[in-house]
Amino acid sequence: MALDLPQTESSAKVWHPATTESRAARYALIAITLAFLGLFLFMPLVSVFVEAFRKGPAEYFAALLEPDARAAIRLTLLVAATAVPLNLIFGVVAAWTIAKFEFKGKAFLTTLIDLPFSVSPVISGLVYVLLFSSHSVLGPWLKSHGIEVLFAVPGIVLATMFVTFPFVARELIPLMQHQGTTDEEAALSLGANGWQTFWHVTLPNIKWGLLYGVLLCNARAMGEFGAVSVVSGHIRGLTNTMPLHVEILYNEYNFVAAFAVASLLALLALVTLVLKTLLELKYGAELRAASGH
Amino acid sequence: MDVRVSGVRKEFDRFPALHDVSLEINSGELIALLGPSGSGKTTLLRLIAGLESPTEGKVFFGDEDASLKSVQERNVGFVFQHYALFRHMTVIDNVGFGLKVRPNSSRPSSEEIRRRSSELLDFVQLSGLEKRYPAQLSGGQRQRVALARAMAIEPRILLLDEPFGALDAKVRKELRRWLREIHDKTKHTTVFVTHDQDEALELADRVVVMSQGRIEQIGTPDEVYDKPNSPFVYSFIGESSKIDVRVENGELWLADRRLGLKSDLPDGDASLYFRPHDVALVSDSDACIMGTVVASRRVGATRRVELEIGGASERIEIGISADHPAKEMSGIAFRPQHWRVFPKS
Ligand SMILES: Nc1ncnc2c1ncn2[C@@H]1O[C@H](COP(=O)(O)OP(=O)(O)OP(=O)(O)O)[C@@H](O)[C@H]1O
Ligand SMILES: [Mg+2]
Repeated sequence: MALDLPQTESSAKVWHPATTESRAARYALIAITLAFLGLFLFMPLVSVFVEAFRKGPAEYFAALLEPDARAAIRLTLLVAATAVPLNLIFGVVAAWTIAKFEFKGKAFLTTLIDLPFSVSPVISGLVYVLLFSSHSVLGPWLKSHGIEVLFAVPGIVLATMFVTFPFVARELIPLMQHQGTTDEEAALSLGANGWQTFWHVTLPNIKWGLLYGVLLCNARAMGEFGAVSVVSGHIRGLTNTMPLHVEILYNEYNFVAAFAVASLLALLALVTLVLKTLLELKYGAELRAASGH
Repeated sequence: MDVRVSGVRKEFDRFPALHDVSLEINSGELIALLGPSGSGKTTLLRLIAGLESPTEGKVFFGDEDASLKSVQERNVGFVFQHYALFRHMTVIDNVGFGLKVRPNSSRPSSEEIRRRSSELLDFVQLSGLEKRYPAQLSGGQRQRVALARAMAIEPRILLLDEPFGALDAKVRKELRRWLREIHDKTKHTTVFVTHDQDEALELADRVVVMSQGRIEQIGTPDEVYDKPNSPFVYSFIGESSKIDVRVENGELWLADRRLGLKSDLPDGDASLYFRPHDVALVSDSDACIMGTVVASRRVGATRRVELEIGGASERIEIGISADHPAKEMSGIAFRPQHWRVFPKS
């Protein structure tokens, strides 16, 4: 029997993709986008470097090598070096739990992981002040054991961890859900134990997504201002991270030094961007499963 | 290795995927689990492997209760529907994985692992592809890597979930024959899942027909084809025609016509099942089924006619010899040669 498909009206006309705009409109939109990017992203970025080098390279490097600046850089690296690996472990564990097991309250846990993204960083910081201040339950007890959390490095690390913990987990959850559990089941049926399965099968499957998440987590950990500002106490040379140091210098009208340190952060952003793009180019197919972005 | 599944029930969130399933698999047998989608084939296979634990019931490997053992300890070769090859490992590393992860005491040396893996790849006719990654293989080649990987651990039983499901018809046929050869050589006790009846009937020593979480029939291909024991098996395996009839005093009736077929069912409504091609034409003065031809087409060496059965507004198909004229609206009288009656469900 011949198939008599109903003739749809549009099949008679020339077919247009649904998103076709006129050429003028297209150019106008592109121009607006570019103007926006130029105005709000590119110009500020350039001006950071212009400002930083206004008094020449000598002043620039002097501002970076000065003891307080060096202390701030060191602290930022220390905080990132602690918070990022811990969040990496936490993120993998959380993603594994959510993606590979079925349990009650899973949706709630998933939402909870996103909480730091929806809460203002300042509030995140204040929560830690409440938890660890001298009027709290925990604070005095820790203090009597010689552990200072607030206005010290542990507090800064905690606040940074809180703000950055969704990055790795969010990257991995959709990726792992997409990959399912059959690879792991295959490894188990071949006799591998849990650790061997994770190390030889799960980790290689998620490594690019993991790297991507770590990259974003690191960028945020180094650049975090709000939460850290609340818990740090702004003690020069001791509890100032780079973003806090920039602020202090700026408030002191020391623009060259402020922008010099800021330029390092800007550089970090650029490097992150380049690495991110490379990862996306090379492993786009694997990352696309994690379409959270 | 004999495998015995005994009174197994499996629920997922109170939804029963298997009800009270029992099955005995003899050592060296090739068994097919055949059934429509959702009938619980994969669930049963995973229960045997230990990837799923039964809500009730037990699985025995030989005399030992395997229900108490983890999937690792059961030592089964499982081939997944989509192969689940490790994509970042080369073919030879995939095959050697099961040996590599053994505890130190029983792990062969890495040369030994390599040697055994190559041997297996040779066995599944993939030598030369050792260094490839799964993504660089065709579907049929991946299937064979998955089988080699499962065989590398010297499993006590091989379990294959729709081994040919994702392949095109030609490759399926080739691999089907090839799997039979492999089985005849290695004598592994093997269970495979399929929803393709040709595959099950051609390949298996015994076929387990499943429907809605239950085993409907277990038997050799001849048994399940020639002596289906339920309406489901009749209609699921091969072609069947069904007529609603009535039992009266041990005889079948269609409206007020005697069909000349006997039954020991109690009086009442029933369904008559038979194979369309397994009928004999009779002269219409006999007790028989009468029908009017409404359509007729040539299928291979026979002619298929669609009949309207007098009385019932139902239509059925029968197969008759190709030289029968079978003109439309003409009458045909026939009687099935093999048939079964089931109480009306
Ligand atoms: N993990 C699970 N959680 C909930 N329900 C499940 C799960 N696995 C299977 N089921 C249900 O159990 C029933 C049997 O599923 P199973 O996968 O065994 O069917 P199957 O015979 O293999 O089907 P197919 O031919 O489609 O693969 C289905 O109704 C399915 O929805
Ligand atoms: Mg299945």
